[in-house]
Amino acid sequence: MSLLTLDNVTLRFGGLTAVNRLSMTVDEGEVFALVGPNGAGKSTVFNLISRFYTPVEGRITFDGTDLLRLAPDEVPSLGIARTFQNIELFDQATVLDNLLVGRHRHRRTTLVEQMLHLPSVRREERAHREAVEEVIDFLDLQPYRNKRIAGLPYGVRKVVEMGRALASKPRLLLLDEPASGLSVEETQNMRWWIDDIRRQMGITVLMVEHDMGLVSKVCDRVLALADGAKLAEGTPQEVQNHPAVIEAYLGTGDAA
Amino acid sequence: MRIQFKTSYDHDIRLFKDGWQAFLYIALLALMVVLPWLIDDFFLGEATNVLIWATCGLGLMLLTGQTGQVSLGHSAFMAMGCYACVLLMEAGVPFILAFPLGGVITGLVGALIAIPALKLHGVYLAIATLALAILTDDLIVMLEPWTGGVAGKFAPAIEVFGLEINRWSSPAAWYYMALIVVLVVTLFYRNLLRAPMGRAFAAVRDSEISAQAMGVNIARTKTIAFGISAGITGLGGALMGLFAEVFNNETFTFIISIQLLMMIVVGGLGFIHGAFLGAIVIAFLPQVLSIATDSLGSTVAIPGLETGVFGLIMILFILFEPMGLYGRWLKIRTFLELFPFARKDMFRRQKSYLKTERLR
Ligand SMILES: Nc1ncnc2c1ncn2[C@@H]1O[C@H](COP(=O)(O)OP(=O)(O)OP(=O)(O)O)[C@@H](O)[C@H]1O
Ligand SMILES: [Mg+2]
Repeated sequence: MSLLTLDNVTLRFGGLTAVNRLSMTVDEGEVFALVGPNGAGKSTVFNLISRFYTPVEGRITFDGTDLLRLAPDEVPSLGIARTFQNIELFDQATVLDNLLVGRHRHRRTTLVEQMLHLPSVRREERAHREAVEEVIDFLDLQPYRNKRIAGLPYGVRKVVEMGRALASKPRLLLLDEPASGLSVEETQNMRWWIDDIRRQMGITVLMVEHDMGLVSKVCDRVLALADGAKLAEGTPQEVQNHPAVIEAYLGTGDAA
Repeated sequence: MRIQFKTSYDHDIRLFKDGWQAFLYIALLALMVVLPWLIDDFFLGEATNVLIWATCGLGLMLLTGQTGQVSLGHSAFMAMGCYACVLLMEAGVPFILAFPLGGVITGLVGALIAIPALKLHGVYLAIATLALAILTDDLIVMLEPWTGGVAGKFAPAIEVFGLEINRWSSPAAWYYMALIVVLVVTLFYRNLLRAPMGRAFAAVRDSEISAQAMGVNIARTKTIAFGISAGITGLGGALMGLFAEVFNNETFTFIISIQLLMMIVVGGLGFIHGAFLGAIVIAFLPQVLSIATDSLGSTVAIPGLETGVFGLIMILFILFEPMGLYGRWLKIRTFLELFPFARKDMFRRQKSYLKTERLR
């Protein structure tokens, strides 16, 4: 069953067509990868789904809901969470507070209740913390729990950002280059985590990744983009061996 | 170094981290309560002044320190809180109602003002809010029939449950009133920080883009921050006008806004403690300066000396201690706790810059 559908989506930045008549579907329960050379439009697809950009034509639907009718801050309430290519965390806050922001869509108490710290608020806070503690355990973030983001190493931030997205208990998780800049061990961890996210948590994953080793290990299906348009789609092997894909990578001199 | 063993989620939600911390704050509170017996009326008045500045500072801290929106317009909210409270009192509303109502009215106006200001960032927001402060100064003069204009207004007598609160005949009562106000505001502030709203404030401050991606409505969050901030500062402004007994447009000039901003920067942006430490500095600086000029044998007052010295202190803080006095204290405390194992570069500053300076 298809969870996310892009139908003939086009986006232009001035004269540049960043996404060109792109159609794709992501099925519930799968791990789907977007690959392609630098500047192919992969992150732009994520930003379209997050509603930071509005396409000039085409439709984007999530589980039957028209995403284009929503504001960016309404998208998470459907169960879509994401990470950013350049890590966008709340730098002056602690890891715990960052993860708790992930719970934002689950809050039910009003401003006045919160100001007075009524029992309803405390009850809700306990539930939020329970959910966040699960994520901390899952991603082994205990040592960093009360540390500010500003002092943390890159690899840890990357994991915290994924944790923040997981804390929102999404149905669809968008990961923009989860393994970029990570060491070999960290990439290995990322691979197990993505597997568990799909298997144990039942979350559908759409990711952008240059590391074809990782892609072929964790992904069910891959879509290759170049200049905003679809080049090929299929299993990791099919896409990697597709003549147009080989051509695109060699053509731009990007041997990812 | 004390290590906390956390055994339940409540550990992170509670007001105090552990018994020792709770003890320290209760001891501090006890000291504040017995203060009228320890110091004379002059210093009690100064202490009251510190608490009033701290209330105003907490309001601005919520907006600037917590939500990252710089305002140079908070003198306008102080004026609004003050005039609203006094006008209500003159209309026969008892002080105990007029005072919080003044805060609520100011909060609502603050939220309304936030709506056009939402699109502005950093320096532009600072300029727009500065314009608001200057405009309010003019408005007070123009609305003479209600505000008393340049001639000003005399604060009506304050009566709470039949008890008259007058700074000359009952300075301790005044002090306790200011203490209660600042404690209640601090409690509300803390409650917000440990709730989703407070985290949304921090999210907006640190990254609007990912705040949105987590479902935080930026416009709504900023409007709420503006409203609560204006409301708290309005309460502080009402106390300030009432404590001064006579007030006019000059009581709330834009210079006060600038002092308020300097105060929270020097105290430590983003920390409740910062508002209090900054208030102590701003309340006692004039005394220190006059003692200093006296001892230098100068008899005439030097105009602008206070603001100048304060500006200098602020620049020095921004350059050498951006986390303010409270940040400095945190470092000293960690050093003592870890002694002799503290490392010199433990607090090495990460490269940081205003979000508005960042290229997207
Ligand atoms: N906000 C923007 N304004 C103008 N052009 C943009 C903007 N964002 C992206 N682009 C352009 O759109 C194209 C696609 O960018 P995008 O970031 O989606 O690439 P990408 O596939 O994620 O590449 P990379 O692998 O380097 O992350 C690029 O040519 C980029 O310069
Ligand atoms: Mg990208």
